[in-house]
Amino acid sequence: MKYACLIYSDENDPTQNPSPDSKEMEPIMAGYFAFGEKHAGSIQGGEALAPTETATCVRVRDDDITTTDGPFAETKEHLGGFYVIEADDLDAAVRIAAEIPHAGLGVIEVRPVLDFG
Amino acid sequence: MAEETGSAAHDTTVLAEVIRGEWSRLVAILVSELGDLSLAEDAAQDATEQALVQWREGIPDRPLGWLVVVARRRATDAIRRAAVGRNKVDLAARMDERDRHDPSSNAPMSSRTDDPHDPFEESLMRDEQLRLIFACCHPALNTDAQIGLTLRAVGGLTTSEIARAFLVPEPTIAQRLVRAKRKIRAAAIPFSIPPDEELLVRTDIVRSILYLIFNEGYDASAGDDHIRASLCEEAIRLARRLAELTPDDPESLGLLSLCLLTHARRDARIDDEGDLVLLADQDRSVWDRAMIDEGQRLLDRAMRLERPGPLQLQAAIASLHDDAASADTTDWRQIELLYRRLSTMRPTPVVALNHAAAVAMVDGPTAGLTMLDDPLLADRLARYPHFHAARGRLLADVGDREQAARAFERALELTSNETERRWLRARLAAITAD
Repeated sequence: MKYACLIYSDENDPTQNPSPDSKEMEPIMAGYFAFGEKHAGSIQGGEALAPTETATCVRVRDDDITTTDGPFAETKEHLGGFYVIEADDLDAAVRIAAEIPHAGLGVIEVRPVLDFG
Repeated sequence: MAEETGSAAHDTTVLAEVIRGEWSRLVAILVSELGDLSLAEDAAQDATEQALVQWREGIPDRPLGWLVVVARRRATDAIRRAAVGRNKVDLAARMDERDRHDPSSNAPMSSRTDDPHDPFEESLMRDEQLRLIFACCHPALNTDAQIGLTLRAVGGLTTSEIARAFLVPEPTIAQRLVRAKRKIRAAAIPFSIPPDEELLVRTDIVRSILYLIFNEGYDASAGDDHIRASLCEEAIRLARRLAELTPDDPESLGLLSLCLLTHARRDARIDDEGDLVLLADQDRSVWDRAMIDEGQRLLDRAMRLERPGPLQLQAAIASLHDDAASADTTDWRQIELLYRRLSTMRPTPVVALNHAAAVAMVDGPTAGLTMLDDPLLADRLARYPHFHAARGRLLADVGDREQAARAFERALELTSNETERRWLRARLAAITAD
């Protein structure tokens, strides 16, 4: 079964999201690299996302396209990235998700991917 | 059913009891064969309804085996009738395969339930039931769902019985169960015994759900019946099942012991007017001594395993209360020490509250009040009626009637339980009377 692991953390908290070139970022990057290697067999895809200030929202109503600045939800925790993983059941998916570095700093939402096959 | 003659009605009750006794094993077997809780439950429901009718002529030698065979047939029919997907065709084929086995042969599948005392059978049965319990109490489900599923799938309570016990409309309970089963299916929550490294935490969750069920029956947070005895009894049944399934886990023994030692006092808790009687004022001669003895034997067994835990500690406290011939011979010093230990193991506000009450009994009401006045504690218990009631009693004890009255009023605002409200109003009346 496929699961999406949505990575949420506070991008304004330097403990959770140190600046990219800082020393504090190194262990987190190492963690992601190790995660990618260890679970290569399960990972189907995934990306890190640029900060929410770069986001744009798109709506189409009555054929009119409206774009607005900012992420969809103004929340304390922000979507920072995601993985799509393959796992036998929820427990297996959770065990994998628990090893994503931000599981220890923020929250990982684990949700099944719909299969239209 | 009310119009039946005495003996016929008795038969139905006896039948219903026998069938209820087999329910969780039946569902557990079906879940392990079908991998689907809804399917299993529907099939079990159909089979038990049939049994209620057909067994009037006589209960079969192997009631569980009968139920399993009938339920399997129902499940196969249901699978065929449903929209055909590849998985369902496979499943139906497997079910047919099973049905075709001659029950008199020693083919493993169909002889599964023919000898329930076979040790291999017993350990299979045990695993299946554990898997079901762990799934129903899975942390990915919310508490209401865990409670509802456990009562329905493991306890065999009907939706209507659950609704009445929790004073929640029946459609709400039905919806909760539907959503919970949907989540189990959609997220693929497994029916499995957790691996060793997760077992402790997951079993703790199961126990906390069972204890919540017991407390719901014991305290009744809303409504007129202060004790919903049937919920307590159901929790005890389930706790007993868990203790049988995990005999080397002292906390499971502790849970069963705690429930028995507490439930033993039920006949003394409510007086003839339906009012609440506090522990100190209870007529101890109506306590269930046999239940107390069993509770204490279980506690001894648990303690011999030398792995103390919060449930064992709470059972030990209950045991000390039950030991005392009268309220004034209660060993409060021991109880206070146990609460002190408990508060390091499980530092929750409610434990702190109970600890403060014990401290008051040992060192006087002022000492108890000092503990309750801790701002952090008071803040966390602000919406808990028992906190204000306890403060009220201690304030009355030190002679501060005004503050005591305020505390009882606050408690009244926070509880909708009629029995508790009557008690609080009586305390208020006593305080304000000149």
